Amino acid sequence: MIVPTMAEMMAQGKQPEILFWVGAAGSYDDRAKKITRAFVKILHAAKVDFAVLGTEETSTGDVAKRAGNEMLFQMQAMMNIEVLNSYEIKTIVTADPHSFNTLKNEYPELGGNYKVYHHTQYISKLIKEGRLTLSSKKLNNKNVTFHDPCYLGRANGEFESPRDIIKKLGTKYTEMKRSKSTALCCGAGGAQMFKDAEKGNKEINVLRTEDAIEVNPEIIATACPYCNTMMTDGVKVKEKEKTIQVLDIAELIANANEL
Amino acid sequence: MQYIPNILFAILLIVGAGFFIKNIKKIIRNIKLGKSIDRTDNKSERWRNMINIALGQSKMVRRPVAGILHIIVYVGFIIINIEVIEIILDGLLGTHRLFAPLGGFYSFLIGSFEILAFLVLVSVTIFWIRRMVVRIPRFWNKEMKGFPKNDALYILYFEMILMSLFLLMNAFDINLQNLESPHYIKAGAFPISQFIAPLFAGIAEGSLIIFERTAWWIHIIGIFIFLNYLYYSKHLHILLAFPNTFYANLELKGKFKNNSTVTEEVKLMLDPDADPYAMPEENPDAEIEKFGASDVADLNWVQLMNAYTCTECGRCTSVCPANLTGKELSPRNIMMKTRDRLEEVGKNIDKNGEFKDDNKQLLNDYITPEELWACTTCNACVEECPINIDPLSIIMDMRQFLVMEQSAAPQELNMMMTNIENNGAPWQYNQMDRLNWKDEE
Repeated sequence: MIVPTMAEMMAQGKQPEILFWVGAAGSYDDRAKKITRAFVKILHAAKVDFAVLGTEETSTGDVAKRAGNEMLFQMQAMMNIEVLNSYEIKTIVTADPHSFNTLKNEYPELGGNYKVYHHTQYISKLIKEGRLTLSSKKLNNKNVTFHDPCYLGRANGEFESPRDIIKKLGTKYTEMKRSKSTALCCGAGGAQMFKDAEKGNKEINVLRTEDAIEVNPEIIATACPYCNTMMTDGVKVKEKEKTIQVLDIAELIANANEL
Repeated sequence: MQYIPNILFAILLIVGAGFFIKNIKKIIRNIKLGKSIDRTDNKSERWRNMINIALGQSKMVRRPVAGILHIIVYVGFIIINIEVIEIILDGLLGTHRLFAPLGGFYSFLIGSFEILAFLVLVSVTIFWIRRMVVRIPRFWNKEMKGFPKNDALYILYFEMILMSLFLLMNAFDINLQNLESPHYIKAGAFPISQFIAPLFAGIAEGSLIIFERTAWWIHIIGIFIFLNYLYYSKHLHILLAFPNTFYANLELKGKFKNNSTVTEEVKLMLDPDADPYAMPEENPDAEIEKFGASDVADLNWVQLMNAYTCTECGRCTSVCPANLTGKELSPRNIMMKTRDRLEEVGKNIDKNGEFKDDNKQLLNDYITPEELWACTTCNACVEECPINIDPLSIIMDMRQFLVMEQSAAPQELNMMMTNIENNGAPWQYNQMDRLNWKDEE
């Protein structure tokens, strides 16, 4: 697929409308790469002039910061800021709520000031501006529930954009008992993704998957690559992978609009 | 002779209030052991938060049953305090029902106090039932054993006794008023105690006076004991909820604070013009800044105030994903342990004049790395706290100490961080493969 890089853009003397921050998961993780590609298809469909950093992109440092390594975080942040500022980036869109949170909230104090969107927010904007129309045929009346990513919801107060999109797809939407500001974490945040859990009596992702199963969904919609991994694993543990799909909102749209 | 009760009362008042003030000063001193942090910006938003969250209890009603019962107890507590003013003045002046000349309004006041006292009694009883009969899980977590469990019960018993004495006192008064006993002027309305009064009808005037006085004295002594018990209990939230909501973090929950000491170092490291062999400027007074927190003095004063403010309701723990899945971590316990250590440090200072090293610290002796590493930083505890306590900020500061001062992260996290350093991603992938996804399908 056609994915221009900032370096190529610069060589042609062009400045894209947005920078798509892919993030480590979106770049390397096989499951998350599908989300990345789905979102790129949406950007193409909406004729958004975008670019990525490609091999110039590196970890935002978010996970290092949550793990307690402020030094590594700030080094990553300052290196990224140098690259972003040298390309005179104004607007960043990312499908990873962790990158979104760090770029938006923690980079300004280190000299990086950008307008940052989570992909669900940006897609909502595209719909509002009439650049993207969602087809409600394919997912018509499908039972869908949404798992709030902590770093999109509680951390940044964005609860409505993902829900609006899911509803516009013609689905039958059901809210989990724990949702929005009281949503339960998938278990991946705070660097947990990269380590085994401490001793306990259950895995957090299994508990959260049980929350979802309670409302009988055909699809658990997610908006974070890490949540997606955790919920997918949870569905496998509960042996429901034949009846429940775990899909990112970008994938829902790509499916519905047959992109 | 006739002034002996007045004098006794004055002594009681001075001792009761004096002891309370002494302890409050101690708490303020202990809170000030924390590092400075500027939370004086956005005054109007801070006042609004205090009015909505502390005074208006807006976050309490997220759980409607406990929330509404709590509001009754809280309103009762505040309003019945108006009656305490009369009681104190009566005690000092040797008068009885000093405010009686207010007439109809006085009857309205006393009537309202009685109804509130009754509602408080009912609410507190329901609280006790929720705790001891229904056994709501958050009151039975591991950390709620021994004193924390009894402490909560003592508070409930206190309130039950105080409210009962208030009603009982009035019931005796009604009988004395009916007997037209001198001193017991006809005043007040008694919507609740009028039903208790008949129980004491027929008791001789002299005995009634003794009963009434006894109830009156135990009631006011009880109030002073309660006031002074606050300091030893988890119940300081009735005072500290106000500054605590005022000085709470106003930033988005996802924005974790920037460590500016690190910023200076990183800037130096990334500066191509910096001389790598330059010696840092000599400043003998400069203390070497420690990264993160291993003891209470490394935390900021708002975090320490948080610890004193926590009333151990456990709403945070009841929504913590780690705790819900049986991990050691309990955000409430993080606050309790911080307060316990701060108290220990305070007592150390009381004893020695200044803090003398006791070979203990908050980390390991109170809060274990196992608890700290179980946190998903999901902010559910912060969101849930009815008075904006932030256990997560303490967890993060302590993680920073573990990683930056002791290199004591779990092995897998060390690998993750090495990967970020080497190839810019938490996994071991080649940086040059970062865009491969665009050609895979």
